[in-house]
Amino acid sequence: MSSEKELSLDNGAVIYSYSLRDRWRKWCNYFMLGCLFLLSLIAAIPFLFIVYYVLAKGISSVNWDFFTQLPKPPGEEGGGMSNALIGSLVVVGMASLVGIPWGMGMGVYLSEYRATRTAKALRFVVDLLISAPSIVIGIFIYGFIVVRYGFSSYAGSAALLLIMLPVVAKGTEEILKMVPNHIREAGLALGIPRWKVIVRIIIPSVLSMCVTVIMLAIARIAGETAPLLFTALGNQYHIRDLSEPIATLPVQIYEFSKSGFEQMEKQAWAGAMVLVLFVFFINFFTRMFLFFYKKDKIKPFQKGK
Amino acid sequence: MSDVLVKIRNLSASFSSVTVLKNINLEIPSRKVVAFIGPSGCGKSTFLRCLNRMHEEVPGADIQGQIFLEGQNIYEKHIDPVLVRRKVGMVFQKPNPFPGLSIFDNVAVGLKLMGVKKRVLYERVEDSLKQAALWGEVKNILKRQGTSLSGGQQQRLCIARALAINPSVVLMDEPTSALDPISTARIENLIRRLKEKVTVIIVTHNMQQASRISDKTAFLLSGELVEYEKTSKIFTNPSEVRTESYITGRFG
Repeated sequence: MSSEKELSLDNGAVIYSYSLRDRWRKWCNYFMLGCLFLLSLIAAIPFLFIVYYVLAKGISSVNWDFFTQLPKPPGEEGGGMSNALIGSLVVVGMASLVGIPWGMGMGVYLSEYRATRTAKALRFVVDLLISAPSIVIGIFIYGFIVVRYGFSSYAGSAALLLIMLPVVAKGTEEILKMVPNHIREAGLALGIPRWKVIVRIIIPSVLSMCVTVIMLAIARIAGETAPLLFTALGNQYHIRDLSEPIATLPVQIYEFSKSGFEQMEKQAWAGAMVLVLFVFFINFFTRMFLFFYKKDKIKPFQKGK
Repeated sequence: MSDVLVKIRNLSASFSSVTVLKNINLEIPSRKVVAFIGPSGCGKSTFLRCLNRMHEEVPGADIQGQIFLEGQNIYEKHIDPVLVRRKVGMVFQKPNPFPGLSIFDNVAVGLKLMGVKKRVLYERVEDSLKQAALWGEVKNILKRQGTSLSGGQQQRLCIARALAINPSVVLMDEPTSALDPISTARIENLIRRLKEKVTVIIVTHNMQQASRISDKTAFLLSGELVEYEKTSKIFTNPSEVRTESYITGRFG
């Protein structure tokens, strides 16, 4: 009550004059805004430092040989990580080839048939899988595939697939949910079967956002180490057969960094730098793609109009 | 008298056991404009959505009775709702062109997915846009986004989209309630011309609009059909007291 008197609204003369309380409110606003800015800045500093550190340590060992040569035996100078680079591409590629369409299919089901009982059960499983620690997934694949068939690039891909699937499914579901229902109805009312409405109208309208989800999922699995340790294992050489153990960049970085040989540690830093740049460029190109794609193709949905 | 295109027999509809339409019986003549008026929540939109089997797309929806379109009961078991919807076009309250599709594709998509050949596609699109009185404004920007048009143009684009697949009935659910008076007038003119080719069934909150464009008017009140007569009669000499109170603004 007393604060209302300070506003002095009742005498009618100076309605818009600043009371003490208004000043306090403004000051509070600036203070909170400043806090948020500071906290964001503090959070960004270690990230920038990581990038700087990896670049500074790795740049000296990244050269043509790094991309084309196999690792040299411990103690010898030179060599590269071409086996791990190709290995990562193979393992991530196989996982993506299966995981993207499969995950998107799940996402479509979760969004377009959201009220069904199976969708509710599936959503629960996806949420569970998304929060499962990646090493648990590695152990699962170890027990399920590796124990029977041995270490292989298939086992590594299977582990990455299990990590990728729920990420792609959840992402696709969330994006499709943003498409207003009246767009679906417009399609259905034209005499277009439901599945064609989804494939030809709903998905194209959010394609750019789906691309983001896919890119982020690829970036996510490209950096996974734990589930590959006991599935893909690693390999000194190029693989001749996909059923053999396969080298991957994160695992090779891990092993080289604890080898104790200075040359191998340098190679590990170089590998780390390539990995960071790879993930960075995936994000960067996704954003560029979206920027140019959005300009002439996608208009964001207007809410509440 | 003109021939009957749609015959509705004992139609009742509900959402999760809340009855929205009660035992509606009426006949809609061919190539006329029929308006449905009534207060909010009286079941006008539900009625419209029963006619192209969109009502059943909502979870918990139920429907009883028969609707005959050109003599065929569209609720018979073997009838595919997809085929019904190709005969019965629909225009929604809010202009809703497909996002991400060009103006051309917005009109063409229904035809393309029905397997219409590319050679005739352009003609059909041009034809539909002309019928919707939009061709002059968009003929040079067909590749632009459908959503980049103004609200009134978007709604005419939606009408063109509905006309493209050659329906015999076009349902319009308050097509001008989101538009300004000039765009509204354009669409009303358009509807008047459309009846040369198709039957238009329009739901509207605007009674002047109903009296301006329709040949027959039906008055719905809490799910019941109160009166269905020639528009001139409904607005000058209604036989029901409830109709008179509604159109003179005493309630609703």
